[in-house]
Amino acid sequence: MKIGTPKEVMEGENRVAMTPDSALQLQKLGYDCAIETGAGERAGFSDAAYEQAGVEIVKTAAALWKVADVVAKVRVPTEPELKRLREGQTLITFFNPAGNAEGLETAAKKGATVIAMEMVPRISRAQKMDALSSMANIAGYRAVIEAGNNFGRFFTGQITAAGKVPPAKVLVVGAGVAGLAAIGTATSLGAITYAFDVRPEVAEQVESMGAQFVYLDFEEEQKDGAATGGYASVSSPEFREAQLAKFRELAPEMDIVITTALIPNREAPELWTEDMVKAMKRGSVIVDLAAEKGGNCKLTVMDEKIVTENGVTIIGYTDFPSRMAAQASTLYATNIRHMMTDLTPGKDGVVVHNMEDDVIRGATVTHKGEITWPPPPPKVAAIAAAKPKEKARELTPEEKRAAEMAAFKEQTKRQVTLLAVGAALLLAVGLVAPASFMQHFIVFVLAVFVGFQVIWGVSHSLHTPLMAVTNAISSIIILGALMQIGSGSFLVILLAALSVFMAGINIFGGFLVTRRMLAMFQKS
Amino acid sequence: MDYGFTTAAYVVAAILFILSLGGLSGQESAKRAVWYGMAGMALAVIATLIGPGAGLWLLSLVLIAGGGVIGWIVATRVQMTEMPQLVAAMHSLVGLAAVFVGFNADLELTRVLAMDDAARKGLEGFAAVLAKKTSVEVAILRVEVFLGVFIGAVTFTGSVIAFGKLAGKVDTAAKKLPGGHMLNAGAALLSVVLGVMYFNDAGIWTLVAMTLLAFFIGYHLIMGIGGADMPVVVSMLNSYSGWAAAAIGFSLGNDLLIVVGALVGSSGAILSYIMCKAMNRSFISVILGGFGGPAGAQMAVEGEQVAIDVDGVAAALNEADSIIIIPGYGMAVAQAQGAVSELTQKLRAKGKNVRFAIHPVAGRLPGHMNVLLAEAKVPYDIVLEMDEINADFPDTDVAIVIGSNDIVNPAAQDDPNSPIAGMPVLECWKAKQVIVSKRGQGTGYSGIENPLFYKENTRMFYGDAKASVSSLLPKIE
Repeated sequence: MKIGTPKEVMEGENRVAMTPDSALQLQKLGYDCAIETGAGERAGFSDAAYEQAGVEIVKTAAALWKVADVVAKVRVPTEPELKRLREGQTLITFFNPAGNAEGLETAAKKGATVIAMEMVPRISRAQKMDALSSMANIAGYRAVIEAGNNFGRFFTGQITAAGKVPPAKVLVVGAGVAGLAAIGTATSLGAITYAFDVRPEVAEQVESMGAQFVYLDFEEEQKDGAATGGYASVSSPEFREAQLAKFRELAPEMDIVITTALIPNREAPELWTEDMVKAMKRGSVIVDLAAEKGGNCKLTVMDEKIVTENGVTIIGYTDFPSRMAAQASTLYATNIRHMMTDLTPGKDGVVVHNMEDDVIRGATVTHKGEITWPPPPPKVAAIAAAKPKEKARELTPEEKRAAEMAAFKEQTKRQVTLLAVGAALLLAVGLVAPASFMQHFIVFVLAVFVGFQVIWGVSHSLHTPLMAVTNAISSIIILGALMQIGSGSFLVILLAALSVFMAGINIFGGFLVTRRMLAMFQKS
Repeated sequence: MDYGFTTAAYVVAAILFILSLGGLSGQESAKRAVWYGMAGMALAVIATLIGPGAGLWLLSLVLIAGGGVIGWIVATRVQMTEMPQLVAAMHSLVGLAAVFVGFNADLELTRVLAMDDAARKGLEGFAAVLAKKTSVEVAILRVEVFLGVFIGAVTFTGSVIAFGKLAGKVDTAAKKLPGGHMLNAGAALLSVVLGVMYFNDAGIWTLVAMTLLAFFIGYHLIMGIGGADMPVVVSMLNSYSGWAAAAIGFSLGNDLLIVVGALVGSSGAILSYIMCKAMNRSFISVILGGFGGPAGAQMAVEGEQVAIDVDGVAAALNEADSIIIIPGYGMAVAQAQGAVSELTQKLRAKGKNVRFAIHPVAGRLPGHMNVLLAEAKVPYDIVLEMDEINADFPDTDVAIVIGSNDIVNPAAQDDPNSPIAGMPVLECWKAKQVIVSKRGQGTGYSGIENPLFYKENTRMFYGDAKASVSSLLPKIE
């Protein structure tokens, strides 16, 4: 079968759904690849590069749609594109099924199978084909870069001969994939980064990226994001108030605000109000990644950059991934390739559309002439429900001291008891045993004592040599045999001789093997 | 020479032995310490040979030399992966020697007791010591002989079985005869009865019968313990061989034997304790063999194992800055330590921080992994203990698990119903990425499902460890 990728027809779209690299991988799955001429040009992939990777170059879009059994593209298909679909053809693309009823209708009527990349369920197994996440990652990164481009100062603080530069303060609202990417980029540029999210369980992730999580003084039990497949849900009015109050407090300090708050299938919530924008310093920058859904800031103008009266720049671009077309295309093409891997269990270049598979079922929006959207809930829960965490209570210094004291007392008590019992036992033995025995017994007890003291100090890595050397020295039993070998009885001599012989093996074997082992331990 | 010289030599030898054990606290001092041990042993043997009571010393020297040659050959030829077997085999020799020496003590005692006073005067050496004993002392001597022979006999058969299991000559699964531990308990009880008879002059046949019973206990006890518990078994047998020597030392009235026996005995006991601690199991439960049933339903494992190919692993390693390798028994089985060492060298040459994390019970002998890595010329200062390295996993880019399973099982921490709950484990899943080199999809020795393999940041690198690692080598650049 043949996989084809047409040139994106959308104005300003630079991405492409197939790269020379991904084409090579697809060929390994048994597919032939085709691409419309110039499709990769704006993402930095020339026709020559494709040709080198064994991809057939097709002159026109119409021809490509005709030859390809599977069409992979990026943007939601346009009316004329949908018309080109034919029965049995598979289309893999972003499709926006929720807002594209007509498109669904057309595709279903044509009998084509459409896989919508934004419908890939959020389960671990499907992460490798989660194009929303890979695009969001790029958007988060690019948002910081765009902000820096419009911000007049350094991100990182410096003390130079020409004076001190304070570090920029960045607030990231919404710690989803885009938010986390933005946090990572901002912190690695040296900014002091704060982050907020309605899902408290992401605080750990935020902190692991080097940002401070902004906590609210709010009592209500916050909703567990796990119930909604890892996405945020609508919060209560009281919670919203507390949140806005916190933002108002932060607004005058922040140099750069990046908002990424989106709720699935809803208009973006307003989080950065006009008065907050007014409170910000001149020269500050707001990047609104939710611009497409109306923006987290009402002043945002979609696809434009504006400057407010008080000198705050608000960026409302929606094409961040396309602005990094080379990177975005590479990741998207890889997502597509993984999708194809799942669709090709036999690796023989034949698509097997298994509607029992959670991932494939979830992403398929039309199949065999029918609209299959929305999908039933997946069989595997997206994310395990968060377990309530028991927080270890911080001990006060007094309590700590008390605990230490108790432990010390406990230890002393144990040691004293042990000593007392030991001494009593020793005395008891001494009462009955003759002096000659006691003499040896004391030696024994002392030797055990010394042994315990010495062996605890042995390094763990030398336990095998320790065993070998103790083995060698335990053949000290040879002394006993040597003392008996001079006996008059033949049987005694025989047994003693055997013992001497065996101990001889052990002495030499044990010591030599220990030496051999120890000689191998080398310092770098 | 008189007793004074011998005793002085014994004191020096004892101190040398203590120093030789104490020197094992560090790799460099250990190299010196082993010479102390040899010097101590040489001194002790020479002092005994020229001391009072030793006869036939030409024969003795010939026998020592003969044994020495065999020991030499074995020590130079043995593979480091075979160390556990070798150690077990050597324990069996000590055990058997203890049995023989114990029997001799009894034979001599019977002979001396049968003599009249005049004949006793003419005795020398060990017999002379016996001749001077009072009746209480003779009774004590019998207890000592009995203990020495009993422990020695258990050590002997136990070590032989341990050797067989480690060398793969005996099935490593835990096996018991019908009756299980009741059989052991019965044999032990019968031994005690025989002991009491022996103390009351019932004759040497009681001693022989008891020895046979002890042989059986040693055999049956170790047969019932599975392969992964071998570190505990071997250190336990090590301990026994020491106690046997000490008991014999008592019966012969030889302080050096007592001192060394006590040193070895406590050393083995501590090793067993450390091993048990590392498995979060009590000594008793190890001896009783096998894992107990889980306390409740184990957590279901969610997700799937995601495989990775050589290119993927190579890419991950090339991009990583810090790498921790966690070797286990599987590495020893596949003889992969050489390839692993080469990989380490290549990665370190690239300026990457490569370290090894060793769990105390990794392998079949305490410290087994360290020796294998040392043999493969991995510098010991990058080979770290669990406690030293566990906190570093969150800052690690790639953790490579080679042939270990239970020691990296997160269920030990997350699942209170898991049979290994509470066992300290290497927290490799906290690394950014975990690569598990494994032969297939099976569970480990304990048969416990390992959720690590299903984690999102885990990739399974299936195949023989040696072949897998070797195929990686040319791709590291």
